[in-house]
Amino acid sequence: MTTLTRALLGATALCTAAGLAAAQDDSVTLTIATVNNGDMIRMQGLTGDFNEQHPNIELEWVTLEENVLRQRVTQDVATSGGQFDVMTIGTYEVPIWGEQGWLVPLEGMPEDWNPEDFLPSIADGLSVDGTLYAAPFYGESSMVMYRTDLMEEAGLEMPEEPTWADIEDAAAAMTDKDNEIYGICLRGKPGWGENMAFLTAMSNSFGARWFNEDWQPQFDSEAWNETFTTYLDLMNNYGPPGAASNGFNENLALFQQGKCGMWIDATVAASFVTNPDESQVADSVGFALAPNKDGVEKKGNWLWAWSLGIPSGTDAEDAAKTFIAWATGRGYTELVAETEGWANVPPGTRTSLYENEEYLAAAPFAETTLQSIEAADPTNPTVDPVPYTGVQFVAIPEFQGIGTAVGQALSAALAGQTDAEQALEQAQQITTREMTRAGYIQ
Amino acid sequence: MARAVPTRVKARNTAIAWIIAILIFFPILWTVLTSFKTEATAIADPPVFVNFQWTLENYVTVQERSNYFRHFLNSVVISVGSTLIGLAIAIPAAWAMAFVPGRQTKNVLMWMLSTKMLPPVGVLVPLYLIFRDWGLLDTRVGLIFVLTMINLPIIVWMLYTYFREIPGDILEAARMDGATLRSEVTYVLLPMAVPGIASTLLLNIILAWNEAFWTLNLTAANAAPLTAFIASYSSPEGLFYAKLSAASTMAIAPILIMGWFSQKQLVRGLTFGAVK
Repeated sequence: MTTLTRALLGATALCTAAGLAAAQDDSVTLTIATVNNGDMIRMQGLTGDFNEQHPNIELEWVTLEENVLRQRVTQDVATSGGQFDVMTIGTYEVPIWGEQGWLVPLEGMPEDWNPEDFLPSIADGLSVDGTLYAAPFYGESSMVMYRTDLMEEAGLEMPEEPTWADIEDAAAAMTDKDNEIYGICLRGKPGWGENMAFLTAMSNSFGARWFNEDWQPQFDSEAWNETFTTYLDLMNNYGPPGAASNGFNENLALFQQGKCGMWIDATVAASFVTNPDESQVADSVGFALAPNKDGVEKKGNWLWAWSLGIPSGTDAEDAAKTFIAWATGRGYTELVAETEGWANVPPGTRTSLYENEEYLAAAPFAETTLQSIEAADPTNPTVDPVPYTGVQFVAIPEFQGIGTAVGQALSAALAGQTDAEQALEQAQQITTREMTRAGYIQ
Repeated sequence: MARAVPTRVKARNTAIAWIIAILIFFPILWTVLTSFKTEATAIADPPVFVNFQWTLENYVTVQERSNYFRHFLNSVVISVGSTLIGLAIAIPAAWAMAFVPGRQTKNVLMWMLSTKMLPPVGVLVPLYLIFRDWGLLDTRVGLIFVLTMINLPIIVWMLYTYFREIPGDILEAARMDGATLRSEVTYVLLPMAVPGIASTLLLNIILAWNEAFWTLNLTAANAAPLTAFIASYSSPEGLFYAKLSAASTMAIAPILIMGWFSQKQLVRGLTFGAVK
């Protein structure tokens, strides 16, 4: 036997052995695209529990900045790129992608997963025609967070359901600009998920809407004028300097340093502002529902859920469903409670969590969070009827671009570059132009 | 004859140079300082410069959460690989344009440079689809290919400029002594051009190391370099500045150290041809 023949035979034997080994190894690697926030990072730390239960499924995490994540997963799902098996997406993407057939419907999930336990408003926001297309990992609304000590000093009491007039009174009473205490901190940074999330939710509480039933933009309405002038008055009179560049994190930093009397933002912030390791005012924070205009039923609170969905291009659908059932199941909540404490479990997804006495005792903001989530109705977000779903956004593909452009126009007014009337006029023009181009308006 | 410069002017110029250098370096210094703060100190107002309780907590967190070494290895393979392949293509191209120029050489050079004028996002979707169909998404090979193509015009231009400084008579003398084209390039041109090639190599490694658009868009888990590692520490909800700074410091440290030790070559490469 020549050396060459021996070598060939050896190589063949190795290939056969490798092939057999591969055939016996039914392990799957799931690539999960996710966003960097506390709850998601905590889940990554707990994947050992999942691996113990499912040793044949390996988890590969790709953590991205929110905007990059959104662009990457959209690109991947729209082109069937197949880079991700599980995607972290929100209530904006799920209805649009579900309708396009880009997501796998969450059917045939394990029995003990119990989707009926999901909060109805959250489940509605993640469903198309009654079918769930993503599972909520954590949900949030928005609410008023305020300084109880400053309110006490001012001799005021925050109602559980304040109106915008109450908010203005409280802001005026708490503002002490000489000592760098500003009565109210609100989002001003332009972006559809930044200032427009807040302003759209706020506009609902004034009876405004983005579009009428014929998709005609409504920024020229009196309701929008009242929304925006109230916002500008609050921020110009009682807000911090440079508010036009403040988003969630900037306002969080201001509030934690004791520089905001009130902050109306995501309910998830409650755990940050009451954490004594980070917040200088942890012991003196109160919570109230997001405000409404006196006489308007809708409140200015939004609804969002970071959720786990499966792109239809995946070749590991079953393993992805197994993972989602683990991550969004009640067992995971109990696992987090056991290892990190009840205050750290992902909030806002399951009714059973808000019936749990241990959780209610550990999270003083739980009740307001639940009420805020329940008060938001993504399928019927405004006083007057609208042709879209979504509380703080309009669930159409064009909204990201339009929302950001309008956000820039409105943020410019907050920065003092234009006035309210000019900004709303510009918003009306931008929206009309883009909706006409997209074919909604003939 | 050199003009005498008064001591006062010298001192003033030195001070200005130091101020400019500190201004340019300040963001990196601030990043390094922030990486040793707690999240609460990182956002303190007024900002705390050095008088804070230093902590390594952020580095520990980053180490626990991410596989730094895998990202680092990807960065090394992608940046060195794309630069070496780029040099292998660019050296013959620059030789041809510098020593045997044709009528269209200048236009070819300009055309090569013009490819840098298109915003990368303009070709993102087509390239993404090609990568998907060829199975190159999230692979080092794919990224090496893209970064080679992106940096090739710069490599060719730098080498071309450097080769033009080398007298053509020396190459001609080698040819008269019977040197083949290969020998001429290998034994005559390259030894004389080593400083220029070294500075081109270093600069391109730095460019490839810091490239963030393609490395973020075409990778997921397997081929993600340090740019993706940094990006994963930005958070939409929650404080992240200290951890992000620690991740950034870890990502820029290797290239900063390399740049420090090779600064002579870099400066030479960036300034050659400036004074004749």
